[in-house]
Amino acid sequence: MTKEVQRLDRVIIRFAGDSGDGMQLTGDRFTQETASFGNDLSTLPNFPAEIRAPAGTLPGVSSFQLHFADHDIMTPGDAPDVLVAMNPAALRANVGDLPPGATVIANTDEFTRRNLAKVGYASNPLEDGSLAAYKVSAVPLTSMTVRALAGFDVSKKDAERAKNMFALGLLSWMYNRPTEGTLGFLKAKFAGRPEIMAANRAAFQAGWNFGETTEDFAVSYEVRPAALPPGTYRNITGNLAVAYGLIAAAELTGLPLFLGSYPITPASDILHELSRHKRFGVRTFQAEDEIAGVGAALGAAFGGALGVTTTSGPGMVLKAETIGLAVMTELPLIVIDVQRGGPSTGLPTKTEQADLLMALYGRNGESPVPVLAPRSPADCFDIAIEAARIATTYRTPVIVLSDGYLANGSEPWRIPDVSALPDLAVRHAAEPNGPDGAFLPYLRDPETLARPWAVPGTAGLEHRIGGIEKSDGTGDISYSPANHDLMVRSRQAKVDGIARGIPPLEVDDPGGDAEVLVLGWGGTYGSIGAAVRRVRRAGGRVAQAHLRHLAPFPENLGEVLRRYDRVLVPEINLGQLALLLRGRFLVDVISYTKVRGLPFKAEELAAVLQEVIDRAE
Amino acid sequence: MPNENGSRPGFRGLRLVPRAETAFTAKQAKSDQEVRWCPGCGDYAILAAFQSFLPELGVPRENIVIISGIGCSSRFPYYLDTYGMHSIHGRAPAIATGLAASRPDLSVWVITGDGDGLSIGGNHLMHALRRNVNINVLLFNNRIYGLTKGQYSPTSERGKVTKSSPMGTVDAPFNPVSLALGAEAGFVARTIDSDRRHLTGVLRAAADHPGAAFVEIYQNCPIFNDDAFAPLKDPGQRDLRLLRLEHGEPLRAGPDRGVVLGEYGELVVADVAEVGEERVLRHDAHRPDPGYAFALSRLDQPAFEHVPIGVFRDVERPAYDELMNAQLAEAAAAEGRGDLAALLAGGDTWTVG
Ligand code: SF4
Repeated sequence: MTKEVQRLDRVIIRFAGDSGDGMQLTGDRFTQETASFGNDLSTLPNFPAEIRAPAGTLPGVSSFQLHFADHDIMTPGDAPDVLVAMNPAALRANVGDLPPGATVIANTDEFTRRNLAKVGYASNPLEDGSLAAYKVSAVPLTSMTVRALAGFDVSKKDAERAKNMFALGLLSWMYNRPTEGTLGFLKAKFAGRPEIMAANRAAFQAGWNFGETTEDFAVSYEVRPAALPPGTYRNITGNLAVAYGLIAAAELTGLPLFLGSYPITPASDILHELSRHKRFGVRTFQAEDEIAGVGAALGAAFGGALGVTTTSGPGMVLKAETIGLAVMTELPLIVIDVQRGGPSTGLPTKTEQADLLMALYGRNGESPVPVLAPRSPADCFDIAIEAARIATTYRTPVIVLSDGYLANGSEPWRIPDVSALPDLAVRHAAEPNGPDGAFLPYLRDPETLARPWAVPGTAGLEHRIGGIEKSDGTGDISYSPANHDLMVRSRQAKVDGIARGIPPLEVDDPGGDAEVLVLGWGGTYGSIGAAVRRVRRAGGRVAQAHLRHLAPFPENLGEVLRRYDRVLVPEINLGQLALLLRGRFLVDVISYTKVRGLPFKAEELAAVLQEVIDRAE
Repeated sequence: MPNENGSRPGFRGLRLVPRAETAFTAKQAKSDQEVRWCPGCGDYAILAAFQSFLPELGVPRENIVIISGIGCSSRFPYYLDTYGMHSIHGRAPAIATGLAASRPDLSVWVITGDGDGLSIGGNHLMHALRRNVNINVLLFNNRIYGLTKGQYSPTSERGKVTKSSPMGTVDAPFNPVSLALGAEAGFVARTIDSDRRHLTGVLRAAADHPGAAFVEIYQNCPIFNDDAFAPLKDPGQRDLRLLRLEHGEPLRAGPDRGVVLGEYGELVVADVAEVGEERVLRHDAHRPDPGYAFALSRLDQPAFEHVPIGVFRDVERPAYDELMNAQLAEAAAAEGRGDLAALLAGGDTWTVG
């Protein structure tokens, strides 16, 4: 029987199940298949902070959403077209996000009276008509998997656990995904356990075959590859891109990479990744705490390394004093803050943009630090290199504000040509710079205002630095009022001067006649971009700009803000950038905020934008 | 102690540090900064001893780095014409760890105090010792907060009346040597600011030890805690109280008393005539288990009755920086030096156009 194949331009699928059901792996594999097929894509993993919340409960639900298309897309999508629900909890937790007409594929084996009661279903929603608005495919995924694995040398438990591969096989059939990648992946992953490998591959194949043979699924779908710019692509998450960017930065600067870090969600994957690349000379130090992580990175920087620390909000708080020391000692240091919901422990696995003011001002004294924010998972690579450029050129700590959404979300990344990456070669000071062969550790470069970076082992440049105020030039301890005033202003002027070396803020305004500007920063780029497209498709005129440099701002930012009648600033905090813009430029921007631990929905932002446009006209 | 392998004599703890072609002088070890401790402060004596000892290391001045935290003693780096960092309160061991781990060619010294190293920075000290980072930690113990003008410290004796404890402290003090041994430091020693010869000998032994070396230095603060160690300096009592540790030598406290094994494995000081000379233990700094050294460290209870000074423990185990760098070398040897283009293009890729 040949089945009908329908062409779609884009699809949003959400895999949802218990934390123990392997939904992240399933989503990740489907993503890799989709990437290798050549679609544009964007992903949103969403999982609980608990490693294994009680099985079958709402807090234990873990999901993975994937949006893929035959054209370029910007977000993981607002509402899923397809929900794979591995149990009643997964259905209950996600059904509210489904638009009418969406497809639900539910694992009926888990819809027992007990499991239904656990999440407050009085009757079985698969049977009581409450899902009438959706196309429901009830599939006994677990028992079919177990049956398919009857002849295999695996326990019943292991057979049941392979149900996610059955589901993946079924979905792979439905969307005509290439399967070699997943089969190869399973081979490598379970190389040491051949029975498990064979069982998982068989479950995957059985899922595919089920789709092909059963009458329940009459149609399969095709989403053609996207016409992305020519190049070689791979799918990449923000955390992986940060790690690669740091390794690249080490190669480009010619400095050994030293990471001092303490495990923290959602930043730990950067530590994991970098610790795998020792053959690049990368040293990773898992410290006793956040303070020691950044301290060791600064110590390594004093020794001439590219010192990096990675963390999230609660760790940033602890690192503040050492970042202050780096400001005072004027040593290069890269601090990656993968922001999560706060304050305090907050929402460890959810996203937020609320560390901006802390990054800018969360230290004692006048303590200026350049702050950057990547705008997409792939941009994390470029931002890491940009952080290294600024840190080494200006001898300053640099804070990078990634976030949980960028860190775990993924998108296709056009692999750069290594020879086209910027040359960031660093030359440590080698010669005395003062009269009579004296070395002046705080004699500034007239252009960048950077002080020399003289590393131990260099004869004749022995010097002492530290947290006490330093005398201009000599670096001796100084309590002089005039010197302190000069040094405070010099450190600020140095950071302000970085603006001269960064590109002006670009504004996307195709018609050139928009009266409303939407300005964002960091991880909201995709949602804002998708909202802007919606508005434009509906005939609205709107300009879009997005900040990657938060301190210092691009030099033309004030001029850009004043060019528009209204400026909308959407943020996943309570208006931190808006506060800065109002204070700095006296422009009364319109702040739109949500702090739900999730990215903005394009539909919601589009409505807000439209309202602002309507008011302006 | 220079070792015997003739071709490259020098301290074992400095085996990865280049040798100086020409030695620098103690005078060259001094920076041009005016020393600003109070008159009579024990820090002067320690600085003087350290300055004259430094050339003995036999390494170039530029390969020596002194890292300190915050406190009176932490001004130390400013007075030495080497590389140095006066960092933040308690964090010197963490900063030194990053430096020493990435630069095995440096001789790294951490200068700290009882407040800096045992209070705010206790965590870092403990972990640097546990990891066996190749650093030498000199903890100046004056049993008081000096720089903040006289509050009790984590080594102040219980009941001490200070500005922040007008009715006497209710805190129990740390014994820094016990603490370092508890963290399984490979090298643990104690010395006294006023005994320059002993102090220099201990510095020498610390430099010779590969991996983390911890040295507690009893240091007098004449301003806020004068005569804290007076019984150990008083010529009349000194020799009865001080137990000078010499590897292989009997543990004697004065002419009549010696250290013997107690019933439960603890050590006790006994009258030698009573217990017999043969029961007096000989000091063994190389015992792999830290239990014996720990028992030794408890002899100062109560109130400095018997205070062992010298090297409690000197046991070599692999240093952190060497282990870390060995992994880098191993990875590069196994798979070749990393290639950036290959790394970026790894994983599942697809080509457009
Ligand atoms: S306060 Fe005490 S420790 Fe500090 S410098 Fe003065 S005498 Fe020395």
